[in-house]
Amino acid sequence: MTFPPEAPLFPPASRARRQFLQVSAASLAMVGLSAPFPAMAQADLPPLEDYAPEFFTPGEWAFVLAAVARLIPSEGAGPGAIEARVPVFIDRQLDGNFGQASDWYMAGPHQADAAPEFGWQTPLSPAEVYRAAIPVFDDWCRDTLGAPFAGLETEAQDEALTRLEAEEVPLAPEIRDFFKILLANTKEGYFSDPIHGGNHGMAAWVHIGFPGARAHYLDWVGQHNVRYPLGPVSISGERA
Amino acid sequence: MARTDAKKDVVIVGLGWTGAIMGMELAQEGLEILALERGPNRETVPEMRYPNMIDELSQGERHNMMLRPAQSTVTIRRNLNETALPMRKWGSFLLGNGVGGSGVHWNGQNWRPQPIEMQLRSHIRDTWGEEIIPEDMTIGDYPVTYDELEPYFDRFERVAGITGAAGNINGEVQEGGNPFEGWRSGDYPMPPLPVTYNGIKFAEAARAMGYHPFLRPGGNASTSYVNEYGMQMGACNFCGFCERYGCYQYSKSSPQTTILAALFRKPNFSYRTGAEVLRVEMAADGQTATGVTYFDEEAGEEVFQPADIVILAAYQIENVRLMLLSGIGTPYDPVSGQGVTGKNYGYQITGSTSMFFRDEHFNPFIGSGINGVCIDDFGMSANDFGALGFIGGAYISSAQTNGQPIRSMPLPQDTPAWGAEWKSGIAEWYGHQMSIGHHGSVMSYRGHYCDLDPTYRDRHGRPLMRITFDWHPNELRMNAYLKEKIEEIARSMQPDVMQSSYKDYNSRYDVRPYQTTHNTGGTIMGATPETGAVNRYLQAWDKHNVFVTGAGAFVQNTQYNPTGLVGGLAYWAVDAIRRQYLRNPGPLA
Repeated sequence: MTFPPEAPLFPPASRARRQFLQVSAASLAMVGLSAPFPAMAQADLPPLEDYAPEFFTPGEWAFVLAAVARLIPSEGAGPGAIEARVPVFIDRQLDGNFGQASDWYMAGPHQADAAPEFGWQTPLSPAEVYRAAIPVFDDWCRDTLGAPFAGLETEAQDEALTRLEAEEVPLAPEIRDFFKILLANTKEGYFSDPIHGGNHGMAAWVHIGFPGARAHYLDWVGQHNVRYPLGPVSISGERA
Repeated sequence: MARTDAKKDVVIVGLGWTGAIMGMELAQEGLEILALERGPNRETVPEMRYPNMIDELSQGERHNMMLRPAQSTVTIRRNLNETALPMRKWGSFLLGNGVGGSGVHWNGQNWRPQPIEMQLRSHIRDTWGEEIIPEDMTIGDYPVTYDELEPYFDRFERVAGITGAAGNINGEVQEGGNPFEGWRSGDYPMPPLPVTYNGIKFAEAARAMGYHPFLRPGGNASTSYVNEYGMQMGACNFCGFCERYGCYQYSKSSPQTTILAALFRKPNFSYRTGAEVLRVEMAADGQTATGVTYFDEEAGEEVFQPADIVILAAYQIENVRLMLLSGIGTPYDPVSGQGVTGKNYGYQITGSTSMFFRDEHFNPFIGSGINGVCIDDFGMSANDFGALGFIGGAYISSAQTNGQPIRSMPLPQDTPAWGAEWKSGIAEWYGHQMSIGHHGSVMSYRGHYCDLDPTYRDRHGRPLMRITFDWHPNELRMNAYLKEKIEEIARSMQPDVMQSSYKDYNSRYDVRPYQTTHNTGGTIMGATPETGAVNRYLQAWDKHNVFVTGAGAFVQNTQYNPTGLVGGLAYWAVDAIRRQYLRNPGPLA
C-alpha cells in the first residue's frame, strides 16, 4: 500500500495539528506580550567558598572545586560547574543514598577487575571511590606534574584529567572508574533540578534551552521547526 | 515465628498489570482475593504528583520508582563458562517495584505480535524449510494462535486505553495505519496523538522511499476516555516525563489509571504491600499448591497464606525464580536440553542513527512515551529469512520521548566529553538532533536461560536469578541489515552530521547502558509438559492450581514491546479460569 502523493500523512493527527496551530497562534501572541518572565528571587545561598561540606574533607573539597572547574569551565557562554554549584551537589550526593550505595546490591564476593561490561563490581561505594581515588590521583599529579591537582596550572590540570580519562594514571581495579563517576556526577549536578544543590539559578538549563518542569506542551506539539520560547521553571517554582 | 493467615480463594503474587487484571476479573466472580506486593503502595496522588515526580535525577538517574537491587537483583553471564556477577545497580533493564509494577514506569508503547510470530517454527518450516533454523535456535510455536487471542488483545487495549490508527480491520488494509499488523476486529479505542517535528520528517523521508509510515500505538491517552471498569483517563500533555516516571495527570495507561481504583472498591479484594513472596508451598502429594509463604516487612516475620489458587503475576525474572525455588516444572538443563523452567530467556536488540540539523528546531523536551512514527517494512512478516540469512524482524521508528538533559544530550562524535568545547557543544546542538532507531526480535537459543545462582543470595538467603545471555550471530546479522536500511533513510534527509550506534559482530552483552526492560521466557508456554512450563492457559503443567502470567510465557521474543501480548495472554488465561477452571478445577489442557 502506498499513500497517494497528495494525501496527508496521518489524517486524524493532521486534523489535530490544525487545531493546535490555531491555539498556538494565540499562545505565541501571549508570549510576545508577557516575555521575558522576570526572574524570581533565588534562595539566598552562601557563596561557594563559605559552604561547609558534609562529606568532603578540606583536601578533597579543594580537589573537587578544582576538578569540576576544568570539566565544565567558567569561560565562554553559559555557567561553569562552579557557578552552577556542582561541588555542592556532589557533596550532598556522596553524603546520601547514592554515595553510600544504600540502594545497590553490595554483597560479596566481589570481582573488581571483571570485564567492564559487567558494570559496577567494586566493593566500594561511590563515596568510598572518591575517598580512595583522590589521594592516589593527587600523588600521581605531584609525581608527574609537580603539585597536587588543585595546585596545578589549568593547562596541567587539563592534561592530568585527560590522562586520567585515558586510563594512563595507574588505579587499582576498585577505583578504576573514578573519572567516569566524577564526570557523570558533574554533569548530573549541572543539569539536575536546583533542588539537589547544583544547576544554580537554572543557568545550565537556560544555556541549552531546556524548560525544566514546565511540562505542558500540547499546544507546541504541532509547531514544527519553531524554537520554544519560554525559559525554565524549577520544581520549587523558580523561573529563569 | 511464622504466622498463618486465614485462607483465601486466590492469592496473587505481584500487583502490576497482570496481577491487577487477574484480581479484577476474578473479583467479579465473587472470590476472596489477596494480592501480595513486595514494594510500596503507589497512587497517582500523592506518590506521582506534579512537580515532585518529574525530577530527572531522582527518577531517571537514581531509579526511585524501581526495585532496589539491595532488595533483589539478578546475576549475569554471557555463556556457560563464565562466572555470573550481580547487577549491583540497574543498567540494561529496570525492574519495577510497588503497586502497578513496571506498568507505572513504562513509556506505554503497546503492540500486538504479528500472527506469524506466534507460530514461528511452523511458519519457517512451511516457507523455507526448517533447515534455515540454526542448530542452537530453540524457537517454537506458541500453543495458542493470534486468531484465538485477538478478542483478548482487543479487550486489553480497551481496558488500557490504547491510542492508534488501525492498519488492518478484519483483513482490510486501512490507510494511515500499519499495513503489516495482524487483523484487528475494530479500531483502537482512542485516535492517535499528534506527533512532533522529527516524526513528520521521518515519515516524509520513509514515504518517499516507498515505505509505510504510521503513528506508534500505545497507552498515552489522546482524549478523555472511560473504560469498562469506569476508570477515566485524560489527554496527554506531552510533558516529556514518561518512561521511568509515574504519570501525574492520568494520561498514561497503567494499573493505577485503568484498573486499581475500581478494584480497590471490591469488598472481596484486598492487597498487602511490603509483602515479598518467598516460595509457593506444595501439597503433600505434589499435585497442587496450598498457598504461598511471604515476608511481611511491617511485622518482620514470615507468613503462610493459604489459598486455593496461586497466581504468579510478578515480573518475568521473579516468576521464574519463584517456580525454581518452589519446584514447579522441571528446571531447564542447557547441556541436555531437557527441562523447561528457565528455558528460552529472550531479550531485544536495538540500534540507532542520530542526525543533527544545525538550523532546525526539534524542542526535544516535548514528548510522550509513545510519540513517534514507525515503519514495519522490515518486520517479521516482510523479511525473507531464507534470502537475508537471519530469522527476525524489527520496526524502525523516530521517537521523541524526552529531552531530559542528564540522559538525553546527543552530540556529534567529535565533541569532547568535557571542557570548554563540551560546554559550547551542548548549547550548539541541544534541540537540533533527531534519531531513527530499530527495535528488533531476539530468538531463543539453547544456551540462553535462567537458573538459580550458585553464589549470590538475596537478603532472605534465597539464590538470585542467574541469567545467561549474549548476542547471537543471527541477531547481529539482522542488526547490520537494519543499520544499512536506517542509514539509507537518514542520508536521504541530508543532515549536517549523521552518526550511528549499533552493535557489531564482536559485541558482547553489556549490562551498563539501558536497552529495554523486555525480558522474556523462562516460564514458557508449551503444548506439552516437555515443551513448556505452563500450558496454553498459563497453567503450570504439574500444579494445576498455579497460573503464571507475564512475558515469561513467550516461547521466543517478538519484534515488539511486550505489553500488548502480556495483557492479551492475561485476559485469555483468566477467561479460561472463569469459564472452565472454577467450575471444574483441574488441568485445562
